[in-house]
Amino acid sequence: MIDAKRRILLKGSLGAGAVGVAVSAGLLTPGAVLADWPEAAFAADSQAAALSDLFGSDATEASDKVKVKAPDIAENGAVVPVTVESEVENAKAISIIASGNNTPLIASFELGSDAVPFVSTRIKMAKTSDVVAVVQTDAGLLSASKSVKVTIGGCGG
Amino acid sequence: MSNIKIRAKATGGVTTVKSLMSHEMETGLRKDKDTGEPIPAHFIQEVTAKWKDQTVMTALWSGGISKNPYLSFKFNGGEPGDTVEITWVDNKGATESGTAEIS
Repeated sequence: MIDAKRRILLKGSLGAGAVGVAVSAGLLTPGAVLADWPEAAFAADSQAAALSDLFGSDATEASDKVKVKAPDIAENGAVVPVTVESEVENAKAISIIASGNNTPLIASFELGSDAVPFVSTRIKMAKTSDVVAVVQTDAGLLSASKSVKVTIGGCGG
Repeated sequence: MSNIKIRAKATGGVTTVKSLMSHEMETGLRKDKDTGEPIPAHFIQEVTAKWKDQTVMTALWSGGISKNPYLSFKFNGGEPGDTVEITWVDNKGATESGTAEIS
């Protein structure tokens, strides 16, 4: 088992140059430790693919019951404050997506029964794009977005 | 010892929790400027928030969360003196947790 993991690690680091770092990052993930971490969704290069993987559907409905708060202009893309709030009853999860990033899915918050649909955090954005919040409800996925202008990208590129 | 700072405040039946974790949150996409070698990914993957041993929220994160992550959330209920616990696990299997009393 340990040996097998080492092979994977080696493969990951060797393949990094040719195949792309994202792949090696995926291989380095100890899937056994966190069985429910949705690796494919986080590796997906489009919003639709990430949402399909996460929620089984990429059909979102724009809703004014979902509110995204983010700055109009972010001077530093490495630290963009984002707050998502919703009035929806029975919200099950909130996802934050930066549509301009190579891997758009930033985070997904699974809400317990007592949770209020509210999360606030700071994200990295590679370039000017929309920040999309998707709220999973019994009736499907509701979304809202906010355009953020990034003057310095936050992904080291 | 914990490097998670947590503040929790109950107002009007809703508890607001604010927390600050200390982590480099390396995406794995950056390259070392001198050697050109990619910097290995190292980021928090999962954050679990508990109130009185009951999970109120589980956050699944990518490297897209900023360095030294800030996280705020709210839940219904919570009395002053109750314990809120936050635990994170990163992609290398390291883990840390911290607790705070609701004020």
